[in-house]
Amino acid sequence: MTNEEIFEKKIQDEVRIEPKDWMPEAYRKTLIRQISQHAHSEVVGMLPEANWITRAPTLRRKATLLAKVQDEAGHGLYLYSAMETLGMPRSQAIDDLLSGKAKYSSIFNYPTLSWADMGTIGWLVDGAAILNQVPLCRTSYGPYARAMVRVCKEESFHQRQGFEIMQSLCEGSADQKAMAQDAINRWWWPTLMMFGPRDAESGNTELSMKWRIKRFTNDELRQKFVDMMVPQAQFLGLTIPDEKLKWNADKNGYDFGDVDWDEFWKVVKGQGPCNKQRLEARNKAHDQGAWVREAAAAYAEKRAKREKIGASA
Amino acid sequence: MSQKDWPLWEVFIRSRQGLDHKHVGSLHAADARMAMENARDVYTRRLEGVSIWVVESKNIHASNPDEAAQFYDPAEDKAYRHPTFYNVPDDIEHM
Ligand SMILES: [Fe+2]
Ligand SMILES: [Fe+2]
Repeated sequence: MTNEEIFEKKIQDEVRIEPKDWMPEAYRKTLIRQISQHAHSEVVGMLPEANWITRAPTLRRKATLLAKVQDEAGHGLYLYSAMETLGMPRSQAIDDLLSGKAKYSSIFNYPTLSWADMGTIGWLVDGAAILNQVPLCRTSYGPYARAMVRVCKEESFHQRQGFEIMQSLCEGSADQKAMAQDAINRWWWPTLMMFGPRDAESGNTELSMKWRIKRFTNDELRQKFVDMMVPQAQFLGLTIPDEKLKWNADKNGYDFGDVDWDEFWKVVKGQGPCNKQRLEARNKAHDQGAWVREAAAAYAEKRAKREKIGASA
Repeated sequence: MSQKDWPLWEVFIRSRQGLDHKHVGSLHAADARMAMENARDVYTRRLEGVSIWVVESKNIHASNPDEAAQFYDPAEDKAYRHPTFYNVPDDIEHM
């Protein structure tokens, strides 16, 4: 059998591909792109939430939000680690993020205007992320699948804490409930965009499905998300801002309106409300951390020297 | 922009006393102590471990999957190393 045939057979037989196995260059490239974008999304995703850490309404909420943001940093690290097994250096991926060359999830280019946005992000955005991520636990590339298992274990707390915030607001004063409704009004459509372009316009989907990197198409996941979220919104007493939303008994799911794809592509291409701000914040953090990296390197070098002298004495 | 990466370290975690250390992923760190502290922060935020090993990745020698066929060949035709190879009469118990 040729390398290609061995690879295809492994995919067919649900045998995971591991870092040193032969793989087609396009498979490697697709994975590097997808995993690095995923990692960048976790990292940039910390920014809209970090914005509210100092203003959380109680100590409990603050501790929770801190833990969640720290988890997202961890998710970024698991994913960079998986990406590196494909031969892409981490420093290069980070340079691509900082220079604006790399992409990350468009959702994080929207602003977090009120405390209810913390609830909505946890509930809706992490909810959407979970739907995307659960099938990735069975993705064909071993290190990516293992990283996703770790991520998924941690995500469910993220969604629950968000739902809890929403529930408190919805059971609170009229103003608090209005704040919750305003948040879902702003976040609903950008969240639906998280699943990516329509299947017909998603150039990568077909190969990704063939190679079992993806298990569901963008539109399938979007439908699942809507079906999952409508009852939860009803429980909270919130209205989903979509006039076309309607139960369809024939397909046993909801019909829903179309995403504003012009807006989606605009945000993807860098013209969202916060693209510039997010990149500036990442660059600033990276630059301000330079002295720490330099000091750690200098210290490691000094210690290594001292150990050498100690060993030869 | 950014400097070169710090060395890469592989992280192994014993999740409970009595279990083996298991590979969980990798990270970058300037030295072993930093690798250990980063491993704690990245891989054990929920008490996932009672013991951590960090090994600089360059010190790991891995077998080559392309040579797997020859490499594992010596064990391939030795079914007699497994208990199921042997016939045990039906009347015999506890064997
Ligand atoms: Fe995450
Ligand atoms: Fe999350």
